[in-house]
Amino acid sequence: MSTDSKEVLLKMRDMRIDGFSDEKWHEIIKGVDLTLHKGEVLGLIGESGAGKSTLGLAAMGFARPGCRLTSGEIWFDGVDLMKESEAAKQKLRGARIAYVAQSAAAAFNPAHTLMEQTIEAGVRHGLSSPDEAREDAKKLFAAMDLPDPNNIGDRFPHQVSGGQLQRAMTAMAMASRPDLIIFDEPTTALDVTTQVNVLAAMRNAVEQFHTAAIYITHDLAVVAQMADRIKVLRYGVEVEEADTQTMLTDPKEEYTKSLWSVRSIEKEAESADDKILEIRNITAAYGKVPVLKNVDIAVSRGKTVSIVGESGSGKSTTARVVTGLLPQLEGDVLFNGDPLPPKLKDRSRDQLQRIQMIYQMADTAMNPRQTVREIIGRPVEFYTGKRGKAVDQRVKELLEMIELDESFMDRLPGELSGGQKQRICIARALAAEPELIICDEVTSALDQIVQEGILKLLMHLQEELGVSYIFITHDIATVRAISDEVVVMYQGEVVEQGGKQEIFSEPHPPYTELLLASVPEMEIGWLEKTLTTLGEKRAAMG
Amino acid sequence: MSTSEGYSAKDEVGQVRTRRTWRQRAWIELKKAPFTAWVGMVVIAIYLIVALFAPLIAPYGEAEITPIPYAPWGAEHVFGTDQIGRDILSRLIFGARNTIGIALATTFLAFLIGGGLALVAAISRGWVDQILSRFVDVLMAIPSLIFALMLLSIFGSNITSLIIIIAVLDSTRVFRLTRAVAMNVVVMEYVEAAKLRGEGLGWVMRREILPNIMPPLVAEFGLRFCFVFLTIAALSFLGVGIQPPTADWGSMVRENASLIQFAQFDLKAGITPLLPAAAIAILTIAVNFVVDWFLMKTSGLRDEH
Repeated sequence: MSTDSKEVLLKMRDMRIDGFSDEKWHEIIKGVDLTLHKGEVLGLIGESGAGKSTLGLAAMGFARPGCRLTSGEIWFDGVDLMKESEAAKQKLRGARIAYVAQSAAAAFNPAHTLMEQTIEAGVRHGLSSPDEAREDAKKLFAAMDLPDPNNIGDRFPHQVSGGQLQRAMTAMAMASRPDLIIFDEPTTALDVTTQVNVLAAMRNAVEQFHTAAIYITHDLAVVAQMADRIKVLRYGVEVEEADTQTMLTDPKEEYTKSLWSVRSIEKEAESADDKILEIRNITAAYGKVPVLKNVDIAVSRGKTVSIVGESGSGKSTTARVVTGLLPQLEGDVLFNGDPLPPKLKDRSRDQLQRIQMIYQMADTAMNPRQTVREIIGRPVEFYTGKRGKAVDQRVKELLEMIELDESFMDRLPGELSGGQKQRICIARALAAEPELIICDEVTSALDQIVQEGILKLLMHLQEELGVSYIFITHDIATVRAISDEVVVMYQGEVVEQGGKQEIFSEPHPPYTELLLASVPEMEIGWLEKTLTTLGEKRAAMG
Repeated sequence: MSTSEGYSAKDEVGQVRTRRTWRQRAWIELKKAPFTAWVGMVVIAIYLIVALFAPLIAPYGEAEITPIPYAPWGAEHVFGTDQIGRDILSRLIFGARNTIGIALATTFLAFLIGGGLALVAAISRGWVDQILSRFVDVLMAIPSLIFALMLLSIFGSNITSLIIIIAVLDSTRVFRLTRAVAMNVVVMEYVEAAKLRGEGLGWVMRREILPNIMPPLVAEFGLRFCFVFLTIAALSFLGVGIQPPTADWGSMVRENASLIQFAQFDLKAGITPLLPAAAIAILTIAVNFVVDWFLMKTSGLRDEH
């Protein structure tokens, strides 16, 4: 993280970029300046649509399809990329500038081994012979802390885990020893427990090879660990820029302050004896692969139970069992004291009506060809038997409940923002007048401010309607915000469950300990501190 | 909480997008359509007009026999007459009506059978899907023209059995395509949400899946129409398709085929059997132009900008 050499590597002056949508060009980056010194890491943060990825790609002189660089200067090591030919820019990319994408799984070619793909760019640019490149790649795999660095290169992308793939991708970017690496949300898709290691490996590699980097993310705690300086973007303009310490402790702009304070909602935890849902000793499997083992969870009426765990822990599977999508092999699901039929098709309309679900990706949860009126109106019609004007009236009421109005009735999902889409999904669930709503990672695809709005809305609706929630998430901050009770799951089993205070206070079972310790905090030096203790915690888990 | 001040869900900015009616959207797309697509559309429009208004346009009746067989091209009969003295031009015009009409009906039926079963297979998965898919595999394993010839000789060549047999044989390809595209939509959460709501198979098929797979199906409809149309022409040429005296381009080629030998004496007479063949070819090409444009637009195979 040293900035001793103050030599400028990249300088963007008054950058303007247009994006094409709705048959017209719109300016999406409106005159941003950016300076990056050699060996320095700059964090770019902002909400989705702020233009951070577009700006990051522009640092390579690249505009993705549907965008164009309209004006400005991009000086990379004394060359203005705006004036260079495409061929000259291509020589730089992969050799002196590298890019690490959010989804490593999508960026790797499944038909080739990791090694072939890691050395490809270097060999093609004529920087080294295949043999040398291979030796070097092994060193990089070791530097990225990958297991068995000498042989892991022979594996195919599907044979390694998500975290390992993301590290291999960083190794690939490092292969040509670039002067600049652009990290575009590289850990967003990973579990917290995996994220810590990937972050550490990335930072070590950047420091070791004295590479400059632009780190794009919406997660403030992550950027605090990685960046020397932070630049905040909004609507394609810079809000402010400062070194990380100043930015964390003393942000100047109102908008930045609001980003910082988002994580402060917290609900007073309560419990009730009246259980609306009891999951008793459930065992379930996909085919022959067991995913849930003897799971017991109880949900109090009018309260929120959060289920936390990393991917593969069985939290979504639990939801599938409750909704009847995956019939359990053993055990019972009791709803208001009565067992629910395991199979969806054996459940009555009344039973279906009482349990509703909200999904993570509002985009795929709504039919893109139906208007808001149809999306919300259908469950009203289906469950309450209302017709015609009465349905419209009810849709209007529901829209008001979610803080939107009737002007949204005839919009298609494509015409809504991310937060609005999720609100419509909430309204669709409410339309059935349910007693229990299962929220599956409902806020994880949203920006922080929007997340806060959704969480507040959900809490408000609970107060008003007395509905109970099962809140599935991997985000500890969300758990703190919304839950009354918490269930921690790991590898298909419940590790711990109880009231929120209880779970968040010592002592923890080893896994809870690891999970809580892995959540990045907004504090410089957190990563170093945590890495030393995490090793012990992992060892404690066996 | 400083964040909530000034924050309102209503004011969140979605994608910048002007609201347009489907007419405006269609017009914008049409303006961007390439020249070939326009040619295709104009040609198809002409064919449709000719087919619809055949009795008004044609100078003679469909099976009206005039005294001179094999009359040369001239003022009386623009393209001459055939072996029993029927006006070729009139039969070409009525042929448009019969061939296009039967081909359209057949394609619709093929989509109804193939598309419907494919949606059922895609939604139910499991053994239903297995049985339907394997049955389709079996049907596709038999060369379709030979199979059609065989079935037609069993059930007799009338228009109804012609339509049903070709529709069933062609529905196999519709089934494959529909099942493949529907599979991508079936896994979407909105389909799951509809199932969780307790919606029946019919609703899920019609309201949740069908609107989202229309573009590839429309393109396939165009292509399928061409193939059906060619199959009918081929069967008629072989004598088991549309039966006389109904005018149809395939059988017209066969009936007048011998005239081609006279090309060395009278070029126009030699061209006569090629006229119905050309009518088939031009329509096929025109439909393909339009389908190409449509596929390019909806599949995202090429970058727009």
